[in-house]
Amino acid sequence: MVKMDIPKSFLGYKRENGRAGTRNHVIILPVDDISNACAEAVSNNIKGTIALPHSYGRLQFGADLELHFRTMIGTGKNPNVAAVIVIGIEPKWTKRIVDAIAKTGKPVEGFSIEGVGDIDTIAKVSKKAQEFSMWASEKQREECPISDLWISVKCGESDTTSGLASNPTVGNLMDKLEPLGVHLCFGETSELTGAENVCAKRGKTKEAQDKFMKTWSSYNDFILKEATNDLSESQPTAGNIAGGLTTIEEKAFGNFQKIGSREFIDVLEPAEEPSKGKGLYFMDTSSAAAECVTLQAAGGFNIHLFPTGQGNIIGNPIEPVIKLTANPLTAKTMSEHIDLDVSKILSREMNLDQAGDELIKATLKVANGRLTCAEALGHKEFVMTKLYRSA
Amino acid sequence: MAKTDIIIHDKKDNVGVIVVEKVSKGQDCGCWIMENDASNNIKSEAEIPLGHKIALQDFKEGDTIIKYGHDIGKVVKSIKKGDHVHVHNVKTKKW
Repeated sequence: MVKMDIPKSFLGYKRENGRAGTRNHVIILPVDDISNACAEAVSNNIKGTIALPHSYGRLQFGADLELHFRTMIGTGKNPNVAAVIVIGIEPKWTKRIVDAIAKTGKPVEGFSIEGVGDIDTIAKVSKKAQEFSMWASEKQREECPISDLWISVKCGESDTTSGLASNPTVGNLMDKLEPLGVHLCFGETSELTGAENVCAKRGKTKEAQDKFMKTWSSYNDFILKEATNDLSESQPTAGNIAGGLTTIEEKAFGNFQKIGSREFIDVLEPAEEPSKGKGLYFMDTSSAAAECVTLQAAGGFNIHLFPTGQGNIIGNPIEPVIKLTANPLTAKTMSEHIDLDVSKILSREMNLDQAGDELIKATLKVANGRLTCAEALGHKEFVMTKLYRSA
Repeated sequence: MAKTDIIIHDKKDNVGVIVVEKVSKGQDCGCWIMENDASNNIKSEAEIPLGHKIALQDFKEGDTIIKYGHDIGKVVKSIKKGDHVHVHNVKTKKW
C-alpha cells in the first residue's frame, strides 16, 4: 500500500507573536458573570464578534482565582483569536487580563462598567469592537508550517468502540504528526484511573513521570474525599454504560489509546501554556468535555480532535472541535455531529493506518478553514473550571 | 475473510467486544484478535448488543477481567463462557 504524503503546511492566520491561528475570531471576554449581559449586547451589535459568557469571576481567591485568570488570559492569547475586548465590573482585574493578553502584540482593550452603567459601556465598547472586527476581516490566510498546529484531544460519551477504533485513530495521527514538530495535549486526569501506572510510564523523564503520579493522586484523593457512593453513573456515565463500558479501568485503557505510542514531556497545570517545545503534554483537567476543551484552548491549542462513541455534541467558541466516531449507529443517527466516520475499522474494511490518514486530511481541511459540524451547528461551550467555593 | 462479530484487543484478554449490531443467543460468532491477527469462534449464550462484552471463558466470583491485556475489574457474580459481561456481573476495583 502506498504511504500517504502528509502535507507539510496549512493555511492559517499568522499572529504578531509568531504563532498561527486556524480561526480569526474577535472575542468579547467578560471578566465576571455580571458583565455577560454587556458582552452579549456588544456581540449582538457588532457582526464578526463573539461573546464568551460564563458563570464566574467574583470573590474567587487563591489557586482558584489564579486558574480563572489563567483561563481568561490564555483564551485571549490563543492564536485563533485576532483581537480581544475585555469587559469587567471593576477596572483592576480587567486591566490584569488586558495587560497579559497585550504581550502577544494583538489588539486588546479593556472596559469596566462600574460608575458608567451597561448602556454607555455598550455604546463605547461597540465602537471599539467595530474597529477590531473590520480590522480583523482584512487578515488573509497564509501558508504556515504544519508545526504551527497545536492539537489537543479529549474523548466523550465514550463506549467500547472508542477504545477499539476512534481513540486509536487519534493515536495513529499523533504517531504520524509528532515527528513533524506539532504540539499535542491530552488531559482527563480522573479518566486515566485504572491505567495511571501504565500512563505514568509514558513520561519521557523521571520528572515527568513523578509529576504525573502526583497530579493523578491528588485528583483521585479529591474524588474519594467527595464521593458519596461508588461513583456509579458518574464514572463511567450512564451513556458509557449503555455503550458497553463497565468500569473506570476499562474506560481509562480505552481513553489512553488516544496518545498512540507517544511519550509526554511535561505535565501542565489546567490552562497552562506548554513551554518545553514541540511534543506531547499531559494537562491536569476534569474529564467533563466542555471544561477540558476550554482549558486546553486556554493553554494555546488551536485545533481539537474529539472521538466519541455514543455521540457527544460539544464545541468550543475559539478552538474548532473535530468529531470522529467508530460507532456505526452513532454515525448514522447523529450524522450532523460527526466530522469523520471510522466505523469501517470495526467491519475491518479500513485499518488504523488508513483511518489515521483520513483524520489527518480532515484535520487539515478544518485547519484551512472548513467549518466543523459543531461550528456549523453553533456549539460554543465555554466552561470555566472552578476549584472550590468563592469567598 | 470470515465475518467478524467480535473483536478482542489482546491475546491475553478474557473478554471480547461485539462489533455488529447484536449477536443472538446460540449464534456461532467469528472473533478477531487485533494484537496477533488471529481468528477463532465462540458460541454466544445470550443476546448481546453492539459494544458490549462477551465472556471468552467461565468466571467465578473474585476473578479478574482482562481487556487491553490489563486488569479492568473483578467478577462479582459467576459468568459462563459466551455470556454477557457488564455491570450486573463485574465491578471496578478502584472506587
